[in-house]
Amino acid sequence: MATKPREQWGTRLGFLLAAIGSAIGLGNIWRFPAEAYRNGGGAFLLPYLIALITAGLPLLILEYTIGRRFRKSPPAAFRKLARKAEFLGWWQVLICFVIATYYAVILAWAVRYVGFAFTEKWGDEPDAFLFGDFLQVGDTPGEFGGFVGGVFWPLLAVWVVTLGILALGVRRGIEWANKIFIPTLVVFFLILVVRALTLEGANIGLDAFFTPDWGALRDGNVWVAAYGQIFFSLSIGFGIMITYASYLRRRSDLTGSAFVAGLSNSSFELLAGIGVFATLGFMTASSGVPLDELVSSGLGLAFVAFPTIISTMPAGAFFGVLFFLSLVIAGLSSLISIVQVIISAVMDRTGMSRVQAVVIVGGLTALTSLLLFPRSGGLYFLDASDRFINRYGIALASLIVLIVIGWILRKLGEQQAEADATSAIMLGRWWKFCLAVITPVVLGIMLFDALRQELESNYEDYSTGFLLAAGWGVAAGALVVAVLLSLIPWRRNMDEDLTALHLDKGSK
Amino acid sequence: MSASAVTMMVISIVLIWGGLAAAIWKLRGHPEEVEPLEDTGRPVGD
Repeated sequence: MATKPREQWGTRLGFLLAAIGSAIGLGNIWRFPAEAYRNGGGAFLLPYLIALITAGLPLLILEYTIGRRFRKSPPAAFRKLARKAEFLGWWQVLICFVIATYYAVILAWAVRYVGFAFTEKWGDEPDAFLFGDFLQVGDTPGEFGGFVGGVFWPLLAVWVVTLGILALGVRRGIEWANKIFIPTLVVFFLILVVRALTLEGANIGLDAFFTPDWGALRDGNVWVAAYGQIFFSLSIGFGIMITYASYLRRRSDLTGSAFVAGLSNSSFELLAGIGVFATLGFMTASSGVPLDELVSSGLGLAFVAFPTIISTMPAGAFFGVLFFLSLVIAGLSSLISIVQVIISAVMDRTGMSRVQAVVIVGGLTALTSLLLFPRSGGLYFLDASDRFINRYGIALASLIVLIVIGWILRKLGEQQAEADATSAIMLGRWWKFCLAVITPVVLGIMLFDALRQELESNYEDYSTGFLLAAGWGVAAGALVVAVLLSLIPWRRNMDEDLTALHLDKGSK
Repeated sequence: MSASAVTMMVISIVLIWGGLAAAIWKLRGHPEEVEPLEDTGRPVGD
């Protein structure tokens, strides 16, 4: 049985916008500004750029190369590299499954906050509103609690939109959506940044954000933070870029595209940093609260600090709506890419049609998300899963991928030749050195440091039992299920298809 | 804003946004071969 030819991006711009949309997510807006501020301010630029050049871009290029070369999702692509490496691809798919289930929930919060911003419904206490009125967070981590309708319905809407776009396919769904999302996101954010820069006190925030503390560069943690920021903001390490690149044309440019996508991500982060700190400067000037006390990251910045500021600034409702719409767009383009990894892997593995895979596998992912998280205990599960799947899923999987490809299979040279054959920017020895030495060493240090923290004290003082189930259990479960999936024999025709594809490619 | 903050802001913008502009410039100078596609997004005759 011959399998259908693979879908392709309609245009290079379409692929680039989808890749940029995947990379630009919530972390660019709420993580980078605080990371830069806490790790040397303007001086953070140096380790950040070095991390981009020595880890971010080389990994991005490697994933593009694997995806374009084998034109398959991660499990099939790794299987093609070496049969025993297939579990690495499934590991990435399982990581995507876990992340998709809770990432959609944060998106659902942002959707609700678009509505709340119209009337500034959070009132004078955004903190109490978020955790009390809106999320109805329970007291005991580990208890699911009752459903919270205010989260459930927007979450259902998020899943309907995401799966609807994915069902339309690569070109008519993902590419089309990103051609609308990314320009809209940039315009919205530019409006927000221009407004922020014209607020009284914006200079106080920018001063704090950009004033360099060169002494911080002697602290190893600052360098680890820079690599961590690059690593977690570029959508590398969990199969997204392998999947997206698998829909590229055979002679598409890889390195040039990686530079454009990587630098677009950084450009947006810088824009977000300017906007966030100009706004925080306004808050300092108007309320007298020191900037140190206002700087936060993650949920605290988006759903507590910003609502407070929106309530204070002139025409706050309008800019509040724009801000939360930006979060929705940035998050949705990332969620689509995460779920696409799962859909694509199942299509390649089973021969299912796209619509079947979206309904069955996408539906299962959505159902898991809808059953677990829109509950009064959902925030605790989200928090623990996020921490452990990022550290002991994405980062650990990436380290092992690099060790397998760079040191065990020794196939970095092949990948370099593949990329150089069609790219505008040639890769030198630096690329292999970065992937075989620098990135694994830094990832190793990051993981060692993370593990040390884990053993010193329980994260957020959660009970050990809860962390074993919702944190360690989820991260380890992804690996165990991946290994089991890789042990299931392939139907002969699916495996032959992989071989035929490889031979066909080699003859061109 | 202090002089050092302004300097770092300018350097950041020039390096990152300038780097992006240079990368786009380089990529535009390297057009890819166009393959005709069917309505489904699959290459004709693939």
